[in-house]
Amino acid sequence: MSRSGFKELAIAACLAILAGFVPLVFNNYWLSISVTAMMYIALCTSWVMFSGPTHYISLASGAFFGIGGYLVATGMSDYQMSFWLMAGISALVATILAGLIGAATLRLSGVYFVIFTLGLAEMIRNLVSWVQNNFLGSRGLYVLTDFTEAHIYWMLLVLAAAAYFLGWYINRSRLGFALRIIGNDETVARHVGINTATAKIVLFMTTGFFGALVGAVIAPRYSYIEPNQVFSPELSFMVVIMALLGGAGRLWGPIVGVIPFTLVWEYVSLQFPNQTTMFIGLIFLLIVFVLPNGIVGRLEQVAVKIRQGGH
Amino acid sequence: MRYSGSALSVNGVTKRFGGLVAVDNMEFSVGEHEMVGIIGPNGSGKTTMMNMISGTFKPTSGSISMMGSRISDLPAQEITRRGVGRTFQLVRLLPSLSVLENVIAGAVFGHRKRWGREAEDHAHRMLERVGMDAMSYAPVSSLTYIDQKRVELARVLAGDPEILLLDEWLAGLNPTELETGIELIHDLRKEGRTVILVEHVMDAIRSLCDRCVVMSSGVKIAEGSPDVVLSDPEVIRAYLGDDDA
Ligand SMILES: Nc1ncnc2c1ncn2[C@@H]1O[C@H](COP(=O)(O)OP(=O)(O)O)[C@@H](O)[C@H]1O
Ligand SMILES: [Mg+2]
Repeated sequence: MSRSGFKELAIAACLAILAGFVPLVFNNYWLSISVTAMMYIALCTSWVMFSGPTHYISLASGAFFGIGGYLVATGMSDYQMSFWLMAGISALVATILAGLIGAATLRLSGVYFVIFTLGLAEMIRNLVSWVQNNFLGSRGLYVLTDFTEAHIYWMLLVLAAAAYFLGWYINRSRLGFALRIIGNDETVARHVGINTATAKIVLFMTTGFFGALVGAVIAPRYSYIEPNQVFSPELSFMVVIMALLGGAGRLWGPIVGVIPFTLVWEYVSLQFPNQTTMFIGLIFLLIVFVLPNGIVGRLEQVAVKIRQGGH
Repeated sequence: MRYSGSALSVNGVTKRFGGLVAVDNMEFSVGEHEMVGIIGPNGSGKTTMMNMISGTFKPTSGSISMMGSRISDLPAQEITRRGVGRTFQLVRLLPSLSVLENVIAGAVFGHRKRWGREAEDHAHRMLERVGMDAMSYAPVSSLTYIDQKRVELARVLAGDPEILLLDEWLAGLNPTELETGIELIHDLRKEGRTVILVEHVMDAIRSLCDRCVVMSSGVKIAEGSPDVVLSDPEVIRAYLGDDDA
């Protein structure tokens, strides 16, 4: 059990190192696609850490991402703070917020949680707009840094790798085992002595942490930021779709989900710019009817067949 | 409540579900190393009583104490950590975990906490104890009903509980399985464990229990040694009345 765990980690490390060469090899067009893909890999990996074992569908990614982008933008634009400081603050704020949301909703059944997270990005966006309009004066924010697209890519890569490593570490810990039990049967979990609320809240806080950092790191890409634009509910759905397409049952699911999705998405939005919503719908049908456990689930099925066929 | 030397005491406990009074002012205690049966017709509130002891539900009123300290305000996981272990009337195993992992689950977070190699070895010992070690790496879905029950018992034992709650653990077994099952519970008795068991199998109750509490419509109608209680006219009426209905 432990040996294969380390093998998995070694493969992930090799992939991360290979991925580090992308900006040196690719032209600007492909690098820009790679940045988007890496952003979703980081977001989906941290999403899977929580939603994979617990089966709670979180639609809060957009909210945490927005907190990162907005705090970096407003801190740098209005208060001359450093990028790094604001990124750190945003991660802290989102982690605490996730803790509060978790404490309020994760004791209830999963449905309340989904609905609450669905409205969260919108709620924070309205709150920020209201504060901005009434107290700070409404205007766009400038994020001016020396970061190139390659720098942003590498920072996202570090975040994705960190999320993966944390997930790997948690999976092998008591906490990871507790989450698997919770995902199977929450009543049993409580009766073997697991504090189910705490376990879920801690994991949900990690998604808040990574969501905000990704939002912070990507902010310099846009230079000019409307507070209204960074809190996008759409992003939350994209994260869920890509994570489910890859498969939420494995930590490496997002990697095999995000890459094909981003490539096809790029093609679709160039060729059929008005049909992107339909494309999302089709992917969703594909997941529900053909790949209920994602690409990972299908690959593992095939692997089992090959092994059985070999004997 | 003063600690009266009992492992568990149930003091005036009532549970209402809306208008229904499932358990009505129940009062009994269980001594250390004692095996007490809770019997009574279907729907008389036995499972609800067990659920309140294990913390699945909170009593509407009244209190439950373990070794003199009140546990009825605590959440289920805290009660488990204090040393109450239970099985469920309808077996609950963790379907995506192997048999061994199901039992490890009981060893890691419970009354005594173990992890890694120690938890695994302990789980193997518990499986051996219930005669299931050969199936350690099997998926749960391949088990027969009695084997599932044995694995669930192993999971509970893996937490080293001070008090063991068995809710109709013998129900649904065929005659040979029943023999195995009764023998297993006999072993628990020989180890001097404190056990509360809900049962319908009268032979098992006679041979296993030191004492019986009889419930009917949420109320305690009798208490005493199995032989005395089972020949009590009121108890017989409660059972037969249920059969006639
Ligand atoms: N969660 C619940 N909600 C509402 N009613 C319940 C619940 N659990 C049990 N009851 C009711 O309480 C009564 C006692 O049930 P139960 O404790 O399961 O009886 P027993 O285990 O003796 O067969 C029954 O009328 C049952 O319908
Ligand atoms: Mg019952």
